[in-house]
Amino acid sequence: MSGPDGSGTSKGVGGLHGNLDAMPAISVRQVTKVFGTGPGSVTALDSVSIDIQRNEFFTLLGPSGCGKTTLLRLIAGFDHPTSGRIDLEGSDISYLPPFKRPVNTVFQSYALFPHMSVAENIGFGLKMLGKPVSEIEAEVDAMLKLVKMEAMRDRSTAQISGGQQQRVALARALAPKPKVLLLDEPLSALDLKLRKEMQIELKRLQNETGITFVFVTHDQEEALTMSDRIAVMNAGQVLQVGSPRDIYDHPSRRFVADFIGDTNFMDADLVSVAKSAANKASLKLASGKKIAASLPEGDVATGPVTAVVRPEHATLTKPKPSSDLTGTLENVVYFGTDTHYHVALASGGKFTVRMQNARDQAGGFETGDKVGIDIDAGATQLLRD
Amino acid sequence: MTDTAAVSQPPTTSGADAGVAARRKDVRNRWLLASPALTVIFFAALGPLLIMLVYSFLQKGAYGGVVWSFSTDGWFNVFLKRDIFDDTLGFADGHLSIFWRSLKLSLGTTILALLFGFPTAYYIATRPANLRPVFLFLITIPFWTNLLIRTFAIMEVIRNEGVVNTLLMSLGVISTPIQMLYTDFAIMVGMLYVYLPLMVLPLYASMERLDFRLVEAGYDLYATRLGVLRRIIVPMVKPGIIAGSILVFVPSLGAYVTPRVLGGGKNMMLGNLIELQFGQGRNWPLGAALSITLLVIVMVALLFYVRNASKSGVKSHG
Repeated sequence: MSGPDGSGTSKGVGGLHGNLDAMPAISVRQVTKVFGTGPGSVTALDSVSIDIQRNEFFTLLGPSGCGKTTLLRLIAGFDHPTSGRIDLEGSDISYLPPFKRPVNTVFQSYALFPHMSVAENIGFGLKMLGKPVSEIEAEVDAMLKLVKMEAMRDRSTAQISGGQQQRVALARALAPKPKVLLLDEPLSALDLKLRKEMQIELKRLQNETGITFVFVTHDQEEALTMSDRIAVMNAGQVLQVGSPRDIYDHPSRRFVADFIGDTNFMDADLVSVAKSAANKASLKLASGKKIAASLPEGDVATGPVTAVVRPEHATLTKPKPSSDLTGTLENVVYFGTDTHYHVALASGGKFTVRMQNARDQAGGFETGDKVGIDIDAGATQLLRD
Repeated sequence: MTDTAAVSQPPTTSGADAGVAARRKDVRNRWLLASPALTVIFFAALGPLLIMLVYSFLQKGAYGGVVWSFSTDGWFNVFLKRDIFDDTLGFADGHLSIFWRSLKLSLGTTILALLFGFPTAYYIATRPANLRPVFLFLITIPFWTNLLIRTFAIMEVIRNEGVVNTLLMSLGVISTPIQMLYTDFAIMVGMLYVYLPLMVLPLYASMERLDFRLVEAGYDLYATRLGVLRRIIVPMVKPGIIAGSILVFVPSLGAYVTPRVLGGGKNMMLGNLIELQFGQGRNWPLGAALSITLLVIVMVALLFYVRNASKSGVKSHG
């Protein structure tokens, strides 16, 4: 994980409720999807609700089997919800067939038509919409230019590389000017270098076309660098929705904190909640120290709780009375830009500190040293579960 | 094979001679290994074919068989006939109408088989993988039954006192039975029943390989169900359509039992005409010439298949 703090792509669209007169592009309401019937049935989505704003780069992030692709397929119309409803700009599309929705998909496998040329692939949607040939030709040319594939116009799809197929798939889905573009892990088949290129390319395309992008991925880094907002999903549920910065700095659930970035989990006691001071809670750590922590959305009862601190939000020191935590240094791992210190805490459990390296200077800590840990002010986040 | 033989030799000057020797031995071994197959092909296929070709250029014997003297009468009579009274030349319209009926019924059967077979194959190909063998087994069940029995079963269904007519009459839809048996319709139904699996199996084979994500992509890009069928599914399963059509068309063209049983005596097809010449007609040269004509028609159909299959084959390797 290279620090997402530095990337800062967030437009601050945060929060579920935007401007009231700005109707969301996609509104998913209590959607449940069950595959099969009887005892063998599988609940792929469990009462999911999400609003996706217009012109937003919205990412569904989660491990495989979390339901993100199912949700995408429901929006595309390949499957229909078991219950609940999906609105596109205010009108119910829950049961419309895919060919009646102004929504297009970029498939993970690209799904280019092998019996058609690059240009025929890109023009297919417009042709099916019954556009005149001259308009289709002009639009195909514009799309080829947009994805920088002008030279490949009359090639067969078998004659172009994976990255080029990706671009054709994008152009094909963008050509009919959909209201929402769905992208199902489109970069997963590309090698690392090409993937980085396409990430930038996708952001550029989204900016240039102004189309709402709904992006599905299991790659948290991809999600953090590209998205305006992210919905983290697991086991058919949406656990948290927010800007990349929100999700990284203020995870509200154990799964979210664990899935995105590296995290230290600490058992603590919630002593008191100061309602006035911006949701600041007072925590008593296992070491006996008291620190302030951010509260997640919703109510958290006082008593035993779990708090998280990112490894880069703590500093290793010589043990001192004011240290938040103390322990023994177990392992030092040098990563070039920074060093990871694995500490066995005196109060039980483990804690990792990540500190940036200065040039030609050892950190000054050796395995076996007694160390103290200072947690940055405001870096502690309380979890709901 | 020659490659491996060459590679196994060290690349020295003496190796070149050894390479030639090895290659010769290789060629000899190949012929030896192929000889059982070649023997069967010669005696079972090429030999009889040659006999037919020779017979078609001989004179007919008075009581069947052939007289060993050269004659083109057999071929002459395939398309033309000489009037018995005034010796004028005319087209053998009896034969031509049988050719025409054979082509018409075979094409009709092929089209019907495609219409019934396509949805069937599509249905099977879209079932869960563990259910598909069950459906395929059901499709092949008729193959386990004797052709004659199957044909008589169809007869039982469509004859005047058969299942269909009895049912329609008891429902009051019709008052007198519809004559279905001994018509061209009966022949087509019979051939459809017998040859349908030959359409379904190759169609299924192509559809099973079809990437159904392409179908979804079609729907996603505003193609209706008909549009997806026409522009995505049909072009991609075309090799299966052609293979199935050939497999139904070719045996239909030469069908013998089905037109004999279901068509009665009057609705002859090519197979029956050929049988007639070798039997009651006692005109073996004409029968041989007709057989070879049938073979030529089949070859033309196969040529069409090979050309189309190789053309679409290049594109489907995507």
